[in-house]
Amino acid sequence: MRDPTGPARRDPALVRWGLIAVGVGYLSLFVVVPLANVVVQAFAGGLPGYWRVLARDPDTRHAVRLTLAVAAAAVAANLSFGLAAAWAIARFRFPGRAILIALIDLPFSVSPVIAGLVYVLLFGLQGYGGPWLRAHGITIVFALPGLILATIFVTFPFIARELIPVMEATGADEEIAAITLGASGWQTFRRVTLPNVKWGLLYGVILCNARAMGEFGAAYVVSGHIAGKTDTLPLRAEKLLQEYDVPGAFAVASVLASMAVLTLVAKALVEWRARRVGQRP
Amino acid sequence: MPRREVLPGYRLSLGYATAYLGLVVLIPLAACFLRAAGLTRAQFLAAVWTDRAVAAYALTFGASLLAALTNAVFGLVLAWALGRYEFPGKRLLDSLVDVPLALPTAVAGLTFSNLYVETGWLGRLLVPLGIYGAYSRLAVVLVLAFTGLPFVVRTIQPVLESADPAVEEAAACLGATRGQTFWRVTLPYLRPAWITGFALAFARALGEYGSVVFVSGNLPYRTEIAPVLIVARLEEFAYAEATAIGSVLLVFSFAALLAINLLERWTGRRYA
Repeated sequence: MRDPTGPARRDPALVRWGLIAVGVGYLSLFVVVPLANVVVQAFAGGLPGYWRVLARDPDTRHAVRLTLAVAAAAVAANLSFGLAAAWAIARFRFPGRAILIALIDLPFSVSPVIAGLVYVLLFGLQGYGGPWLRAHGITIVFALPGLILATIFVTFPFIARELIPVMEATGADEEIAAITLGASGWQTFRRVTLPNVKWGLLYGVILCNARAMGEFGAAYVVSGHIAGKTDTLPLRAEKLLQEYDVPGAFAVASVLASMAVLTLVAKALVEWRARRVGQRP
Repeated sequence: MPRREVLPGYRLSLGYATAYLGLVVLIPLAACFLRAAGLTRAQFLAAVWTDRAVAAYALTFGASLLAALTNAVFGLVLAWALGRYEFPGKRLLDSLVDVPLALPTAVAGLTFSNLYVETGWLGRLLVPLGIYGAYSRLAVVLVLAFTGLPFVVRTIQPVLESADPAVEEAAACLGATRGQTFWRVTLPYLRPAWITGFALAFARALGEYGSVVFVSGNLPYRTEIAPVLIVARLEEFAYAEATAIGSVLLVFSFAALLAINLLERWTGRRYA
């Protein structure tokens, strides 16, 4: 245990409490008060009112189902990528490896609006593949496939960038031993690799899922924003606000906010477990 | 060349990963540039260099810069308090720092606009003083400061915690005051992480849409950021113009990414 208050490193009490007060004040202003406001506004009409706006509105109910479906599909897709990329990057050395690692982070720096735009350009009616898709009766943009694709794009790096360092840190010794002892590649992966990286994997899935459920910009552009059809929960909140249904918008927002809090709790639990078994993160 | 390993799956995993990356990320991004390249020079300039677009870039940059600077200052204070002091509620405070990463941006936008309007909790106090924290440029800065809050804290905190106490103790032994030690020893040590955190917060703010669209009022020339302008063009079915502005924004993002990568190489650590 490091000693943060060795005499040479101890700040005067006034400085100490001053800095703590500034930090607490900043976080209160930017995080605590806004979160509290979500809860208070959502319950402004009392508990029955809250329940009514959430459960009675068929469009909101549809948005809940759609959000869950889109997030599940995006997480599954990026999980498959994350595992493949981590296996290739952490277990082999090949030319272009550093470029591959850098490219994985690319979607983090692209505006979500552009993530939506590029799929509209590819698959929209005026896009490159638009005429062909139309001729074959396939709709991607302003429909579920577009939503899933755009969500995959914005959540692309989460699982891979958590898994790669974990797999690097675990090392290949146990896997090489398994293979040498006659296990098949699949057996090795399932029995040796997965148990070794499971906490890192779970950590990535949690972060990926949170971002997938909360994505607004990319979903806004590709979905066409059709109530009861392509509105996810964040889009539903915006539409309710546009209709001046402020309690409704905040009720939906409170669902998303509680999802965020759950995500942080799950993240803390995974960090705690991973530390106990000696795994990163 | 790959090490000839006993481990299987090299071709399969690398093939799948590169194909997936290409299909999901690279080809779509290339489509954006290809579409923009299809425009003539005059068409491209007419799209990206209008007064409205320039005002949008200026606001996007200015607000992102101000928000990142705010976080650079307060993020350092927070990281210091969390990394160096013990106080009641520290664990809770520490987990609150991550809220902006987990909270959907639309929720942030919704609650910020509601807080700072005349009838909101904070607007009630600020609007009489002439401070408009909603539907203004200030609103854009405020909400971008929220979305960028974790980056500076989370880049400085681990460096601060792993710093060798002996260095500061040596400074103290050699007769430096606490202030001198901070300015001459600790701060230079933190500087690379500090700048990286600032760059991450800035880059994140450049592309932000979901939160800003709720708080800014989206007035052309006044409170419209570049991503909002792209969406506005798309809604007018002006795809070529939207793509042109989009490719300008993409170039800025790539420049920011490159800068961050160089910074991380300099600091020798990656932000997890």
